[in-house]
Amino acid sequence: MNDVLEKPVDTHKIREILNANDGARIKTWLSICSRCGLCAESCFFYLTNNRDPRFSPAYKFKSTLAEMYRRKGNVDRDFLRKCYDIIWGECTTCRRCSMYCPFGIDIATMISTARTVCQSQGVVPDGLERTSVNYRETGNQMGMSTDDFLDTCSWMEEETGEELTGLTIPIDKKGAKYMYCLNAREPMYYPQDIGMAAKIFTVAEEDWTMSSTGWEATNLAMYAGDRALAGQVVKNMYEKAVELGVQNIAITECGHAFRSAAFEGPYFAGYAGGKPPVAVVHSVQLFYEYLRDGRIKIDPDKMLTEPVTYQDPCNVSRNGGLWEEGRKLTAFLAKDFREMTPNREHNHCCGGGGGFIPMGPEFKKRRMISGRLKADQIRATGAKIVIAPCHNCYDQINDLNKEYNLGVKVLSFKEIICETMIVPDKFKPVEGDDEE
Amino acid sequence: MDDLYAFLIGPALWVAFIVFLGGLCLRVAFLYGLSKDRDKVIYNHADMSWGVRSIFHWLIPWGSVSMRNQPVFTLMFFLFHICLFAVPLFLLAHNMMWQEAFGISLPSMSDGTADILTIVFLVSFVFLLARRMVRPEVRILTTAWDYTLLLLTGIPFVTGFLAYHQVGDYKTLLILHILFAELLLIVIPFSKLAHIILFFFSRAFIGFEFGGRRGARTW
Ligand code: SF4
Ligand code: SF4
Repeated sequence: MNDVLEKPVDTHKIREILNANDGARIKTWLSICSRCGLCAESCFFYLTNNRDPRFSPAYKFKSTLAEMYRRKGNVDRDFLRKCYDIIWGECTTCRRCSMYCPFGIDIATMISTARTVCQSQGVVPDGLERTSVNYRETGNQMGMSTDDFLDTCSWMEEETGEELTGLTIPIDKKGAKYMYCLNAREPMYYPQDIGMAAKIFTVAEEDWTMSSTGWEATNLAMYAGDRALAGQVVKNMYEKAVELGVQNIAITECGHAFRSAAFEGPYFAGYAGGKPPVAVVHSVQLFYEYLRDGRIKIDPDKMLTEPVTYQDPCNVSRNGGLWEEGRKLTAFLAKDFREMTPNREHNHCCGGGGGFIPMGPEFKKRRMISGRLKADQIRATGAKIVIAPCHNCYDQINDLNKEYNLGVKVLSFKEIICETMIVPDKFKPVEGDDEE
Repeated sequence: MDDLYAFLIGPALWVAFIVFLGGLCLRVAFLYGLSKDRDKVIYNHADMSWGVRSIFHWLIPWGSVSMRNQPVFTLMFFLFHICLFAVPLFLLAHNMMWQEAFGISLPSMSDGTADILTIVFLVSFVFLLARRMVRPEVRILTTAWDYTLLLLTGIPFVTGFLAYHQVGDYKTLLILHILFAELLLIVIPFSKLAHIILFFFSRAFIGFEFGGRRGARTW
């Protein structure tokens, strides 16, 4: 980003963005905020930075977006650079503060708008910009080619097929009930995640498919403030789902992917009515239904006996509405469950959201400082296992585990379900029937 | 001075009320029009039950987690708002004036009650003012305009109280009282104080957004 700091600011463009967003909501929020400071205590950045008032949510939008409007877009690089630190380095757009403001001011939306302004001037974290390049070229954040992706799928099909007879990873199956979409980190770094999902779908005898394109569910462009690109990313997925005629899009255990696909994506992509063209479900919901309906049964002898706690990812719980499903699912899998406080829709962000994890080393120190709250929350439960159905939470809690010596193991639902489910005989490979 | 007084409780009173009500209506109408064009998200997911609950829980004391976390502030905050609303509306002297000027009146409270409420108001006023100055997370947000507006709500109470108890020059105090009260009415639609009406809209929206779309409570 440093080289763009020299370029002149295109104030015309900034004004254009500000005007386009200058609707009734932002006008109202900016004008009625009573500067009461109630939102401060709700933000984990504020709480973990010695209650420095500059970390309060109201201060953050007041010194960024509100200032942009006040100056009618006539801002300089220095100002944008200051905004950069605040809107990416001090807010994960977790939306907790909106629940604590008497007016319900949606601060995260305003921070996101400020991100869009900065992004238009090339002021954006390098880590996110790199993923934007990849999204543009390949449609996924990792820059993975379709061939590599399909190879990974068939490799996983082969490998997991040895453990589960009849397992397939269908690609582009028309009219399937679920089109399963991923986080590109999975095929890239954790291909076994695809294998595990395939096992779960197989045992549940689900009518599912993966898709050769539009399989990427993450949308870091949304966090980079690049709304046009964010729209393109979800469009790839929606259009593929429509083309295949699938009934639902199922999202892997990733929080922001769900927020993007189910809630914000239709707006980025300009779909009237604000609804995606195909229903979107998150894995937490889907897996819970499998267990609830008995399509997957858990072996009581294999249930987790160590104390377990559940990380409510902001974009699965507060911004996704699935906090109860997450708990009910956990109840099937673990004997000793312990709540963090606060929890459910009031839970604190882990500190890895809003693009923080891919923003990389430049932001790591802040991420560890703000994550202290999560670390304390986890420690207080005495849990040895943290279930985190979100890739960013997963990575962040692993980092916190090291930083704060929490001595916990972080697991996804997929991992636990695969370890504990009863595999019906028909899927068990015949002993000694080694084909090779 | 008598001319000034007559002007203030005559034409100026009318102007103040017209600007107050008209200003609020215009502001709401303008925002409504704008929202139809630029804030489709409000209407796409409108859900009245969640909207109403989102408002209701913030209208009752300690009705939200946020308020329960700050119990003393909440108490003061409610006393401030209730008195600010009730005393001017239900004061006997005001009702006589409403009757004279507009030909309508509301139920009145006794002067003793009004006195107590005024003192309660002033206590909460001092609390809020002190909080603004002392608490870093509030101070950092506060501008000169915030102090001005807060003072503007306090002045009519102080002057009215003193005038009623005949402390100082009655006529001067009364004139100041009416003048500042009218000023306050005129300022409301054009400042953050418009929250007396916009509160309902912003709360309804966040109710739709969190509750209607996700089942999450914003209280
Ligand atoms: S959205 Fe989350 S991180 Fe951002 S200011 Fe609000 S509480 Fe803090
Ligand atoms: S709680 Fe709401 S009104 Fe109060 S300072 Fe924060 S954003 Fe403004």
